Amino acid sequence: MSILSPSRKKSPKAVTSHGAERAFTSPISSIVVTVIAVLWTIPTFGLVVTSFRTKEDILSNGWWNALIHPHFTFDNFHAVLFSASGSIGAQGLIPFAMNSLAITIPAVVLSVGIGLMAAYALSWIPFRFSDHIFYGLFALQGVPLQLSLLPLLTFFATGVKLFGHTIFPQLHIVGTLASVWLPHIMFGLPLVTYLLHNFVSTLPREIMEAARVDGANHFETFRRIVLPLSTPAIASIAIFQFLWIWNDLLVALVFAGGTDKVAPLTLHLSNLGGNLGSHWENVAPAALFSIIIPLIVFFSLQRYFVRGLLAGSVK
Amino acid sequence: MVFFGVYYAAFAFGAKLKGKKQSRVALIVFLVPALILVMTGLGVPAIQTIIESFKNADSSHWVGLRNYRVAFSDPEVRLALFNTVQWIVICPIVVTSLGLSLSVMLNKMKREAFAKALIFMPMAISFVGGSLIWNLMYTFQDPGQPQTGLVAQVLTWMHITPPHLLLTYPLNNFLIMAVYIWGFTGFAMVILSAAIKAIPTEIEEAAQLDGAIGFKMFRLITVPMVRTTIIVVLTTAMVGTLKLFDVIHTMTGGNFKTDVLSNRMFDENFVYLNYGRGSALAVLIFLGVIPITFYNIRAIRKERTHS
Repeated sequence: MSILSPSRKKSPKAVTSHGAERAFTSPISSIVVTVIAVLWTIPTFGLVVTSFRTKEDILSNGWWNALIHPHFTFDNFHAVLFSASGSIGAQGLIPFAMNSLAITIPAVVLSVGIGLMAAYALSWIPFRFSDHIFYGLFALQGVPLQLSLLPLLTFFATGVKLFGHTIFPQLHIVGTLASVWLPHIMFGLPLVTYLLHNFVSTLPREIMEAARVDGANHFETFRRIVLPLSTPAIASIAIFQFLWIWNDLLVALVFAGGTDKVAPLTLHLSNLGGNLGSHWENVAPAALFSIIIPLIVFFSLQRYFVRGLLAGSVK
Repeated sequence: MVFFGVYYAAFAFGAKLKGKKQSRVALIVFLVPALILVMTGLGVPAIQTIIESFKNADSSHWVGLRNYRVAFSDPEVRLALFNTVQWIVICPIVVTSLGLSLSVMLNKMKREAFAKALIFMPMAISFVGGSLIWNLMYTFQDPGQPQTGLVAQVLTWMHITPPHLLLTYPLNNFLIMAVYIWGFTGFAMVILSAAIKAIPTEIEEAAQLDGAIGFKMFRLITVPMVRTTIIVVLTTAMVGTLKLFDVIHTMTGGNFKTDVLSNRMFDENFVYLNYGRGSALAVLIFLGVIPITFYNIRAIRKERTHS
């Protein structure tokens, strides 16, 4: 079942079952869930508290002590974001945050755009190998990106050579942001296309036919009908992609590993965590800074995000 | 930028086309970019990697199955394999059962939204961020000094002398698994919770009239009704743990006997520069995913033919 399909499962059942649940609310459940929710939040809370403590306090006792004897400072953030404190890097974290944005935005926009067009072609343009391509794309979803990292990196660096002849020139993108967002698009497309296909293929046939009768061809149908009608699906999948790419480490490490110039936040943080594991006065605010944007995205657009998740996994 | 320019032109031009030819052009414009990207990004490289896995460290000559034999005999790689198997067995089961119990309990409480959001929140946090958050939890000082990590402190309060948490094998593996479970349970919970809400009330009421309450209801009604969703969550978690990389790379770098397949593959390829062996490990990950993909394709096919 796909929550994204517009016509399904808004049945009255949902309403009645909602009413019925109230009948057997159980206090034990509430207590257990509350305890787990608190346990789940403590680690993040600890990071938040730690990032506002002074270096001396962090080294001398645990963060929970700060709840009894509050003593907080904003200096860590100032140091991490703006000043040239050696361990964080010459210009603080802002350039890395910019890299993260410059990688995430094109990757999300292009993968959703290209995926939507492919989804439309696979569901509304009849042609001979339509089914084969659909299943092929779905199967590629199962190819772990680990399998293609190295050849893709070589391809970017040297192009394609066959018996000493260059049949495809090298792409001059190694060490640029494009060499990071392009792989993200490639790896994300199978899933994005599949999820969008779930939605686009369930658009009412009557609308599509009406458009054709009115003389609209595929290009116009796509732009005037499919694009506006798919906005909710696009939103949820775009959010999902955003978080996925923003939070990625492996692709960044392989394709931007060589240079700080294009490294996103996750990559820089991972290095920090390894190199100066005990410098929590730097690592804690840096980690907090890196999770702020995805958390804002998540809390403000939670509804869409959950819908996107459900589209992917509830069958 | 170039891409947008070309596509703007294509749409302006395409809008004027009519008839059969238009359909051809549309197909090419819509589908070909996706196919080219997916083939250059996944299809062709996957085949290349499979070929590389039968070659030596710098891919200059063929070595047959040696890389695979090494993978099963080299003690370090074998440990990574063993750890990965441990991950695949433990984490998906814990995540799914925890998610299932949570969603059943959430179904029975008022004001569930807030608790749900808190448990779900780690999903939005990167595993790098999550690893650092938990590194802080696991911080360890020598006994005698005040502990600065909460886990070591809680153990001390319970009059247990904490070992050096992330350096002690096999404890460290389970501690790192906790990070993954923390990050992924929200996903399982949200999806299972949606499936449980979709169970028709008539069925639950009928079962209740027949005397199914509490655990009996859970076992005889809830679990069978959301079986497909349980399998989806289990397989997603299995694929996730099979590819697991970020947590290990950030928390221990694969040291202290915590290495897993994906991290080892990265090290072979990019640290030791042994492409043959790295490729062989990537192929092993692929082999692990194949049965799951096949299962999913079959499920999708069924669904496609039904609708």
